[in-house]
Amino acid sequence: MEYLAWLYYQYLLVTGIYVLEPWEKSIFNSVLFSAVAMVIYTSYVFVPIHVRLALEFFSAICGGQPESTMALMN
Amino acid sequence: MTESSANKLLNGDACRRTSSGQKASKNGFVKNHCLFQQPQKYRCPGEKNQHGAHNSSLYKRPFVESFEQTPLLVAVLTYVGYGILTIFGYLRDFLRHWNIGKCTMAREREEQKDFVPLYQDFENFYTRNLYMRIRDNWNRPICSVPGAKMNLVERVSPDYNWTFQHTGNVVQDVINMGSYNYLGFAENTGACADAAVEVTQKYGVGVGSTRCELGNLDIHEELEQLVARFLGVESAMTFGMGFATNSMNIPALTGKGCLILSDELNHASLVLGARLSGSTIRVFKHNNMQSLEKLLRDAIVHGQPRTHRPWRKILILVEGIYSMEGSIVRLPEVIALKKRYKAYVYLDEAHSIGALGSNGKGVVDYFGLDPTDVDVMMGTFTKSFGGAGGYIGGRKELIDYLRQHSHSALYATSMPPPVAQQIITSMKIIMGEDGTTLGADRLRQLSENTTYFRRKLCEMGVIIYGNSDSPVVPVMLYMPAKIGAFGREMLKRNIGTVVVGFPATPIIESRARFCISAAHTREMLDTVLEAMNEVGDLLQLKYSRRERAPPPIRWTSEESQLQD
Ligand SMILES: Cc1ncc(COP(=O)(O)O)c(C=O)c1O
Repeated sequence: MEYLAWLYYQYLLVTGIYVLEPWEKSIFNSVLFSAVAMVIYTSYVFVPIHVRLALEFFSAICGGQPESTMALMN
Repeated sequence: MTESSANKLLNGDACRRTSSGQKASKNGFVKNHCLFQQPQKYRCPGEKNQHGAHNSSLYKRPFVESFEQTPLLVAVLTYVGYGILTIFGYLRDFLRHWNIGKCTMAREREEQKDFVPLYQDFENFYTRNLYMRIRDNWNRPICSVPGAKMNLVERVSPDYNWTFQHTGNVVQDVINMGSYNYLGFAENTGACADAAVEVTQKYGVGVGSTRCELGNLDIHEELEQLVARFLGVESAMTFGMGFATNSMNIPALTGKGCLILSDELNHASLVLGARLSGSTIRVFKHNNMQSLEKLLRDAIVHGQPRTHRPWRKILILVEGIYSMEGSIVRLPEVIALKKRYKAYVYLDEAHSIGALGSNGKGVVDYFGLDPTDVDVMMGTFTKSFGGAGGYIGGRKELIDYLRQHSHSALYATSMPPPVAQQIITSMKIIMGEDGTTLGADRLRQLSENTTYFRRKLCEMGVIIYGNSDSPVVPVMLYMPAKIGAFGREMLKRNIGTVVVGFPATPIIESRARFCISAAHTREMLDTVLEAMNEVGDLLQLKYSRRERAPPPIRWTSEESQLQD
């Protein structure tokens, strides 16, 4: 808990929002929070699909190509 | 740079960015015969570690001065912080523009709305949106003698620093790490105070006339003779205000057709004086003798712009101790350059007089030089002597000339007698003429305190700037929020410090400044160091990546560039 308070204090200092008024702090926090939340959400939704597509793509390249070259050689 | 926000940020101390003066033109012809060879071209701005001097043969003692480089990550985060604050500044300005929320600042009246906007430049934006938020760290009222400890008036702000109210309470016994009280003569008891009271009973406080009319008391004459004797110069003259000593006497010394070479970190009074004089001003890099030499050579080779006539005079303006960097001027090199290129030197010893040297006689004493080598010795009584006012010392012709031509001698009321007496008494104590060793004790105490405090801070791992012998100790904070947080946290621990930000420093190099005094006891310094350690951990100020303090550099190799 102590550590979390310290961490929050460091966050306040480094971003500079230590000097802001409380309502400005909450604006900044909510903007930052929603941005981070959106990043996480989008990654949750889209990353698996992309990963699967990418996997298919690469396996198509790596797995498929030798076959086709072989086919050409023949 | 407007003076207004500088003053606010610094409690009226210094606005020290000279923006005037163009870069010297290219040095086309002369390439050899440099007094100080440039080992590498100019130091790039990032590379700021300067341990020791290049011309070691000129120094009798190790000259250790360090400016540790800003860590890259810290610099980036600092800019990010300023960026965020600027965005919120724009948001607040936008809201104010549409009258959302209470507006407590100065703004144009309805009738003026169609005129050129008054409050739109960067300085105003900065004052309104950044400085205002941490304004509680400056202009704090003090209600006791600002000695080693002081009492502060407690104040609260109901509206985030737009207005302040005094609660009526007093914060007792705050350790004072901010006053320029180097020798601890800011006292309300003791020999100086007694003498001042006595003189007040004899002469009163006000004088009500200038030196050349009815304001020339015998005590002033006595003071001037004493100052001349103290400095080891032929003659000296004193003024009622240190700032005016600079800003009014430089115009009397130089004029059109003269060239002023000014250090980039010179005090606002020197900058103002140089501008008022109407001379051409060129600025050299802080304490960088290669830069100074290049400007001198260019000036001599090319002469005045367009006409190419030789300059009538070349005046080099330097300070003894730079109050924001804690660095000491490389005076031996400046004097060698001055002699070689036949220029004049104006040395402002505001911070160094009394605070440096084994006899307390300033940088000249510190380096063991001859005071007559410096053409104009200027200094103030505000710092080490616990008085007010300034002096100029030099050859008799110079002083006689200034008596006739200086505005602050002709038009300004002379120094109040109690102040003059305070200076006389404290100066006699420093010189040991009072028959005690009090002055020598204070000098020793100051240098011990300085060494101790600097060493401990260095071991702690914070970044400190400046010379290892300078009683001004800047501790780097960098991030804007840390300026406010540091001042508040230290005050919570009953320690009064000065925090400094833009425009008195470059925008990313915000710092806190400690001024060591002979009045501080070891216990006080230990209290401060302990608090500093706590706050340093809390605010993550221990940026330094140096393993330990740099070892003092011993000079072995004799460089003989001076003999060519
Ligand atoms: C280098 C320098 N010159 C001049 C002055 C002005 O002196 P005074 O405060 O006595 O007017 C100061 C004050 O801070 C200073 O630092």
